[in-house]
Amino acid sequence: MKFGYYPGCSLSGTAKEFDLSLKEVLKYLDTDLLEINDWCCCGASSAHSASHLLSVALPARNLILAKEQGMKEIVAPCAACFNRLKVAQHELQNDEHIRINTEELLDTKYSDGINVLNLISLFQQIGLEKIKSNAKVDFSKLNVACYYGCLLVRPHDILKFDDPENPTTMEEVVKATGAKPVDWNFKVECCGAAHSIAHTEIVENLSMKILDDAINYKANVIVVACPMCHSNLDMRQKNIIKHNPGRNKIPILYLSQLIGLSLGLDHKKLGLDLHFIDTAPLIASLSENEVAV
Amino acid sequence: MENEKFEPKIVAFVCNWCTYTGADLAGTSRLKQQTNARLIRVPCTGRIDPVFIIKAFEKGADGVLVSGCHPNDCHYNTGNFHARRRWIFFRQLLDFVGIDSSRLYFSWVSASEGKKWVDVVDGVINSVRKKGRFNGYKRLNKETEIPVSAVDKL
Amino acid sequence: MRIGVFICHCGENIGRTVDCPSVASACANFSGVVHAEDYKYMCSDPGQNLIKQAIKEKNLDAVVVGSCSPHMHEKTFRKACSDAGINPFLVEMANLREHCSWIHDDVPSATRKAIDLVRMLVEKVKFNEPLIPIRVPVTKRALVIGGGISGIQASLDIANAGYEVVLVEKEPSIGGHMSQLSETFPTLDCSQCILTPRMVEVYQHPRIKLVSYSEVENVEGFIGNFSVTIRKKARSVKDELCTGCGLCVQKCPIKKVALSDFDEGLATRPAMYVPFPQAVPNIPVIDRSVCTYFKTGKCQLCKKVCGREAIDFEQQDQLIKEDVGAIIVATGYKLYTIDKKPDESMIKGYGEYGYGKFKDVVDGLQFERIASASGPTSGEMLRPSDKTTPKKIVFIQCVGSRDESKGFSYCSKICCMYTAKHAMLYKHKVHDGEAYVFYMDIRAGGKNYDEFVRRAIEEDGVKYIRGRVSKIYEENGKLIVKGEDTLAGVRVEIDADMVVLATAMIAQNDSVKLAQTLSVSYDKYGFFNESHPKLKPVETSTGGIFLAGACNAPRDIPDSVSMASAAAAKALVLFGSDVLEREPVVAKVNEATCAGCFYCQKVCAYNAIEQKEIKDRQGNVIKVVAYVNSGLCQGCGTCNATCPSKSVELLGFKDDQIFAQINSFAEVF
Repeated sequence: MKFGYYPGCSLSGTAKEFDLSLKEVLKYLDTDLLEINDWCCCGASSAHSASHLLSVALPARNLILAKEQGMKEIVAPCAACFNRLKVAQHELQNDEHIRINTEELLDTKYSDGINVLNLISLFQQIGLEKIKSNAKVDFSKLNVACYYGCLLVRPHDILKFDDPENPTTMEEVVKATGAKPVDWNFKVECCGAAHSIAHTEIVENLSMKILDDAINYKANVIVVACPMCHSNLDMRQKNIIKHNPGRNKIPILYLSQLIGLSLGLDHKKLGLDLHFIDTAPLIASLSENEVAV
Repeated sequence: MENEKFEPKIVAFVCNWCTYTGADLAGTSRLKQQTNARLIRVPCTGRIDPVFIIKAFEKGADGVLVSGCHPNDCHYNTGNFHARRRWIFFRQLLDFVGIDSSRLYFSWVSASEGKKWVDVVDGVINSVRKKGRFNGYKRLNKETEIPVSAVDKL
Repeated sequence: MRIGVFICHCGENIGRTVDCPSVASACANFSGVVHAEDYKYMCSDPGQNLIKQAIKEKNLDAVVVGSCSPHMHEKTFRKACSDAGINPFLVEMANLREHCSWIHDDVPSATRKAIDLVRMLVEKVKFNEPLIPIRVPVTKRALVIGGGISGIQASLDIANAGYEVVLVEKEPSIGGHMSQLSETFPTLDCSQCILTPRMVEVYQHPRIKLVSYSEVENVEGFIGNFSVTIRKKARSVKDELCTGCGLCVQKCPIKKVALSDFDEGLATRPAMYVPFPQAVPNIPVIDRSVCTYFKTGKCQLCKKVCGREAIDFEQQDQLIKEDVGAIIVATGYKLYTIDKKPDESMIKGYGEYGYGKFKDVVDGLQFERIASASGPTSGEMLRPSDKTTPKKIVFIQCVGSRDESKGFSYCSKICCMYTAKHAMLYKHKVHDGEAYVFYMDIRAGGKNYDEFVRRAIEEDGVKYIRGRVSKIYEENGKLIVKGEDTLAGVRVEIDADMVVLATAMIAQNDSVKLAQTLSVSYDKYGFFNESHPKLKPVETSTGGIFLAGACNAPRDIPDSVSMASAAAAKALVLFGSDVLEREPVVAKVNEATCAGCFYCQKVCAYNAIEQKEIKDRQGNVIKVVAYVNSGLCQGCGTCNATCPSKSVELLGFKDDQIFAQINSFAEVF
């Protein structure tokens, strides 16, 4: 299978392990990723706060490039990129005014036709049985809390992906690896998002509640599909622990990393040594459960 | 110069349950309006055959107004929907045959909208006054007149 | 035709702005007019006498009155002329008051307009035909669909007036949702105490035929003449033999499998069951899906213990036919169960409240069953999960109502009141408990309603918080309710023991199917539509079918009862005569010119156009033409405008009559 690939800024930088693990897993599953040539920033949060037109034009440019380069489906692993691309598509389809202005700005015509996937729908496309049948490690004792964050499922009217209040698609993928998803309460609760920079204490406060609930429900690991989620739950966890001594640590994995581990791939190649909260104890406990091929 | 004295003749086809009653309300409220319009009562705008409108123009109307219940409020449930659909095509037909379709006006006036009725009627009268006398029909008649000599050749 | 024109001054109302004598003399010159006069007050007795006299003396065939709006006095003048021997449909009125004198100032132009207006109607009346009111026989029996409080009220009203009623109820017992309630607002009357006497009255009434555990399958016919097919579902019990002793229910061994609908899933009931002890009729039903006999062929304990041999495992559904003249729809409502958003199955609606996930998050009817003395907890305030007394309870209003994105845009009307009631009931039973209500607005508009809510706040200490709840989750056995207090501007978090959701009142699952069976229009939520929201709240677009209660819109008990009596009154009006007389302004088909294209049928909103075979003397069908059922036709004329050959015409508003008006509209302008 072939998919167009839109890495976005995070996967090229701070979320390198997301990129690495995704590519490793897809290589194993015989799936090719073709990076969009000359892709630019999707606008993320900054563009839509500054200029409506820009927030549509930036993703539009990437969609136009993808179409020109013959792609039908593109995967945007970062939830924010996914969200901005989908919203831009929706606006270009439904708002004549915006479409005309965008085309004028970019000096190209826009036409629909690209299917934008997020990490979870990518694996749904590839087929969960492929993950299941290739599982090498026994995950039956692994309790996983699936954290969706906000941008994967909202606004529902535009994204039309899963249930915005009680989503379950990530749990299906996790089940395919053999692990046990826990039925916890904070799947879609806010982590603090971009307040991470200017108001870190807000992020610590909110993210701590998420970590607490996961731990309460006996999760061994929290799995995410978004670099922002990862950053707030993983990177900021260090400070959370510093300010609240005696807390248990809980590793935060990307969904692609979890799948990679289940497929028996090398943890270094999955970028698992690039985390703030040490993943070594988790990996060690899993290797005890390795099943012969 | 003639236009100064020109007073447009307006025929209004109104539905009994909504607009006619709304016009009654305008009367009860003593809301003054111009005298140019003559109302023809029908049970429902669904009753209005496009031929009526053409006939009105033929008989000297400078403008025609059709008014009924708001969509979804038709006393007969769906009559005004059928009317509305008819007008979409009829407008195009009018233009095609050379009758200025902008002289045909539609409105939805409910039984409680006396003030709105006055605004609609005055609006139509003023608008048609600006357009001037409707000569289209006379012109059409002239254009479609077959000269006697041509008949021999047929 | 000899036409008489009568111009009314209406005192000063017309006379001040329209020169009535001039109008009358102008009309005298119209061709066909043999008499024209003006008078101060045409509608008065002397005025009417003038008309009657002129009709006799001048041998008039038709009359045109130039006066007020026909909506005012059309009936008056029609009757006057009818008394003098002219068919009432040869009388037309020109509106010289509301449409002329009252809206203009300039006397000359108003007078010219008046002359034109009268002229138009004089020309029209030349094409009028005498019309005779249509007479349709009436079957003086009523069908009431739905045996809740609305259906019960309507049935009793009609039966007490002396007519027979067939009352159809789909559940094994009548009573509806009201029988599930613990107490009713604003009096806190015991619901079953005020309801059951009525239920018994219905059962014992000699003129009410109660057909329970049944549904309406098909309806044919029209007003005054409906033919209804009812499916009587198989109880597996012969109701003519059963005495309601209840032994079979006691002995039934399958006790824990099926959830009780009456107790809203909070308790189980046996396979052989009566929905509740005061059920009417008190005849049990076998739930064949869980009964051992129907699944494996074994058991038959019920049959063994029945002293009357009333158990009949072979019983099948029965189809019954009933002829009635009026139908009242009183099928009630159900509560939004927050498992699926309408139209879109992806969203599970309000998943963030944990309904269905957390046992102690319940809805309004479930709380009623918990509070009810005959409920699963015998009236003790115990929460479903561990049967302990909740010390902190949270009520959330507007769950699904007033919410376009996840629910319904309308207000369910009763929730503010019943939430206050629930909170009060809770406080009365748990004196040291804390009750919180999250609300957006308080809608307590009925009699004694606002005082009721104030009582909950001031006397019973219920804490009202204006704000919405964003999430409910479980932590250490408590339900954490996260909301906000918009009046104080702070976030609120309550560790509750139980949460009650006031979910939206929605239409029954099969309401659309029933609406289509009856040819009644319905809105996008499945509620049945009334004929006119202001002035015809209990009639529907179909003649002879009336509405009562919550099947039309969210409604409380007093309003439902009022509406039921109103619907009954409408039915009684119908039964007041042996024949139904209808305005003859209906469509009629010229069968000679009709080509049978049936475009008319497609646009008729009342299904009044039928197909009629025209046969020759040998009985061979020559052609099939359209035929208008004058009992159903409401006279809109859409068919007339649609017919390509103008074979169907609306009597009273035919093309000729309208052309006549158009041709003469600007004679004097």
